[in-house]
Amino acid sequence: MLRFDDVRIVQGDFTLRADMAVDAGARVAVIGPSGSGKSTLLNALAGFLPLAGGRIGWHGTDISLAAPALRPVAMLFQDNNLFPHLTVAQNVGLGLRPDLRLNSTERAQVDAALESVGLAGMGARRPGQLSGGQQGRAALARVLVQKKPMILLDEPFAALGPALKAEMLDLVSRVLDETGATLLMVSHDPGDARRICPQTIVVDAGRAEAPVDTITLLDNPPPGLRAYLGG
Amino acid sequence: MPLWPGRMAGLLLLLFLLGPLAAVAWRAGGGGWPGPADMEALRFTVVQAVLSALLSVVLAVPLARALARRRFPGRGALITLLGAPFILPVIVAVLGLLAVFGRGGIVNDTLAFLDLPRVQIYGLHGVVLAHVFFNLPLATRMILQGWQAIPAERFRLAASLGMTPGTVLRVLERPMLREVLPGATLIVFALCLSSFAVALTLGGGPRATTLELAIYQAFHFDFDLGRAAVLAVMQMGLVMAAAALALRAGGVTGFGAGLDRVHRRWEAEIPLLRAQDAALIFLGALFLLTPLAAIGWRGVAGLSEMPAQVWRAAGVSLGVALTATALCLVMALSLAAIALRHGWVEGVGLLGLAISPLVIGTGLFLLVNPWIDPARLALGVTAVVNAVMALPFAMRVILPRLREVEATHGRLATSLGMVGIARLRWLILPRLRTVLGFAAGLTAALAMGDLGVIALFADADNATLPLQILRLMGAYQMQAAAGAGLLLLVLSLSLFWLFDRGGRHHAAV
Amino acid sequence: MHHLMLASTLIATATMASAQDRPVLTVYTYDSFVSGWGPGPQIEQAFEAECGCDLQFVGAGDGAALLSRLRLEGARTKADIVLGLDTNLMTAARDTGLFDPHGITAAFDMPVEWDDDTFLPFDWGYFAFVANADFDAPGDFRALGQSDTSIVIQDPRSSTPGLGLVMWVKSAYGDQAAEIWEGLSDNIVTVTPGWSEAYGLFLEGEADMVLSYTTSPAYHLIAEDDSGKKAVPMSEGHYMQVEVAAKLAGTDQAELADQFLEFMLTDAFQGVIPTTNWMYPAKTPADGLPDGFDTLITPETALLLDADKAAALRDQAIAEWQAALAR
Repeated sequence: MLRFDDVRIVQGDFTLRADMAVDAGARVAVIGPSGSGKSTLLNALAGFLPLAGGRIGWHGTDISLAAPALRPVAMLFQDNNLFPHLTVAQNVGLGLRPDLRLNSTERAQVDAALESVGLAGMGARRPGQLSGGQQGRAALARVLVQKKPMILLDEPFAALGPALKAEMLDLVSRVLDETGATLLMVSHDPGDARRICPQTIVVDAGRAEAPVDTITLLDNPPPGLRAYLGG
Repeated sequence: MPLWPGRMAGLLLLLFLLGPLAAVAWRAGGGGWPGPADMEALRFTVVQAVLSALLSVVLAVPLARALARRRFPGRGALITLLGAPFILPVIVAVLGLLAVFGRGGIVNDTLAFLDLPRVQIYGLHGVVLAHVFFNLPLATRMILQGWQAIPAERFRLAASLGMTPGTVLRVLERPMLREVLPGATLIVFALCLSSFAVALTLGGGPRATTLELAIYQAFHFDFDLGRAAVLAVMQMGLVMAAAALALRAGGVTGFGAGLDRVHRRWEAEIPLLRAQDAALIFLGALFLLTPLAAIGWRGVAGLSEMPAQVWRAAGVSLGVALTATALCLVMALSLAAIALRHGWVEGVGLLGLAISPLVIGTGLFLLVNPWIDPARLALGVTAVVNAVMALPFAMRVILPRLREVEATHGRLATSLGMVGIARLRWLILPRLRTVLGFAAGLTAALAMGDLGVIALFADADNATLPLQILRLMGAYQMQAAAGAGLLLLVLSLSLFWLFDRGGRHHAAV
Repeated sequence: MHHLMLASTLIATATMASAQDRPVLTVYTYDSFVSGWGPGPQIEQAFEAECGCDLQFVGAGDGAALLSRLRLEGARTKADIVLGLDTNLMTAARDTGLFDPHGITAAFDMPVEWDDDTFLPFDWGYFAFVANADFDAPGDFRALGQSDTSIVIQDPRSSTPGLGLVMWVKSAYGDQAAEIWEGLSDNIVTVTPGWSEAYGLFLEGEADMVLSYTTSPAYHLIAEDDSGKKAVPMSEGHYMQVEVAAKLAGTDQAELADQFLEFMLTDAFQGVIPTTNWMYPAKTPADGLPDGFDTLITPETALLLDADKAAALRDQAIAEWQAALAR
């Protein structure tokens, strides 16, 4: 179980509060108006923003002060999820060993991950030689080998077309099936939430609310969210 | 990146820069008071440095603008060659300038042929002319960098909005210049402050006495160490004050690699502007390359007359230059890692510009002499001093790019646990390759041509090439010295070119 | 790099090994003395052949830098001998108290008497303006000042010849020196930091005449087979430069140092001077001066202020020079 205990994140004159819990293995969408603090929540969880107050616990352990790499999360950002100067296989390999000294078992793991995202045989290419969809797959292959119990997606597929994005979300859900990881996914598109996230956290007016059932929420949104969803 | 190497480098730098100064002051038993002549030297130093800096930058703007919006064959080679004056030893460059502007130079011969009065190069204007020759290319590079930092999309947007060149200047170019020019002016100003031989040789007389000459005089002529130390502090204060001003006005820009990209400029595709840019580039190249050609032409005849010591000195200089380069890159990277968090650290890097080589040399001599024969450390000390003096430039090249890399890829690398060596090896070094190559080229070339402290430490066996050139001239062997000058020019440019290319070769996307 | 470092280590080790069994005599001198084309290498070879010692020259800039290095090091200096000061530096050098008397009596072939008990001359020369052989040069400073002849000179604050010229004018004109400098100020194309820059400018055609030595044309004649340069005689007489050596009081090789000073006045040393240092030897060698030296001008009057007087007048003379030229 992931717990936000009276968490307060301050950025300039913006403050985000969170006091709630997410069940282990849950798949949760994070939605809310632009600038409401969705990315802030994920970045604090991943360790890129310090807490001004409160604590974040994972299975009872306080992880508020742990270094980003030591937290139980794998994160994909809006962009730059691959190092352009490294090959696809190296990019994935970094998920196993940050110094890239892979042994043969680890290399096999990389190959297997690439195969499972449909990039078999493309390990020697550079990201620049891949299409947008293939780049997303490569990043997911790394998340796969990282074997972290939580996966945080900060709109990594926002730039993809609808069909490609759907494909990626299905791949994410396959990865989750395989790893049993907890998912927190920022999205602007209610369709994304409906597609793979049974639960949703609403971030609005400086608060991240506890997760609620996605379908119920979207069918009958509260006023603030209604304005944002445009309907 | 870990911060301890940067802290070490910073501490080392401060010790290295301030230690010698303290040693000189301590040996003198306190400061000495500068006399009225010293104050006059201070005045002249500031006047010539301000004029030189302003003129270099003002002339560099149109040249950089022309280079920024035109693509033509040989553009890359021209930009590389433009780096040459900056790295030449003073006396070689001065003789090259005189071949063009001197009494029997090309300009006066042409004027005489046209029955026009001759021009006289000696005087304040001669000093400024020489400083512009040295620093115009540097200023051009810095400003060109600013132009290329404007995203190509902005010019596309400007074109789609039908902006005229005038509007582009106001909307896109002027804000960039406002940011870039103070820093560029500062660097040139600082470089001109410590001018000694140029100012005196072309200045036409004791009116052209600079602080650096006053320091020399205090050391060797009056043996007044206290006054030398106080003068050095004055010089440092000037640079620091200028740095503070420039940082407030806009910050110090980089002048990095990758100057061969040219954005398409729809608004400038007008025949008149094309002709104007062509003329500007031609004039700039003519001003900067003719003296170089003269050095080449004078030197070729002397190549066969060079004694064996010159080749040996060339080997020594290469060793010094490569050592200085390695050292400088390590220090620049470490300091840049700290400067990412604490911006003021960059100011520490700038100290290298402010220090008088004479004071560093003498101070180190005082520090070292009780323990070790200074001659045994001559080459090591020269390498370190050159690394320190090139540091401000290397920092300017590396820091902006490091900032960008950390902004783009830093979080991902951190989330993957890439720290220390792993981050350096798999993220920083590959992403910084082009700028590191450029910084290395610049440092190596600068160190090749430097005559700073070696003269105080060297004995017969470990002379560097610039010192050997001076010794050849001191023994009437002007031809051989010209040959050695050409050798130095070729070696420096080759080093620069090799490092710069090496950085860009196979550069990752 | 590795090879280079290995090589230099080997050389260093080799030198140390051979030096271990022989006493070392350390001689501080100016830079151009030790360079490959200066007198240093030949003199080192000749002296080591007879002393059974290791003669080590250490070069330190010019004469003024040499003295300031010595002052920086003080009594701890490694130097046994200092070679290359001149009369303008002698008083300051003597005042350091670092030197011992040389105890040598010798007859010198110089146009002035020499009886200093601490500083021993090894060569000398006359300052002179050098011009192209066909140049119609003025014959004294007043005429020079009235002519439109252009000259390049050196800064007295950073160069030995530069200081020599200032003392030349002062010794010839005394109180009228300032007036002479005012006359000269429009003839002076520029003032350089050192001799090399000035001579280089002259050879490039930047001025009609350059301040150098009467012996300069001998270089062009002997080394380059070029008789196209001449020294210009001045009717006031010519100021001299006398270069001297002295023994450090703190030397741990007193006998060797004495032996070197004796050697300095023998033909093996003096014979090398004319065509490497391009100066007159302090004691003419048995087989005379090299061919070509006979073509040089010999001034009728030799001017030289004695060391104490030179030291006393120096600052005033430079101030006059500076005031006149700053206008």
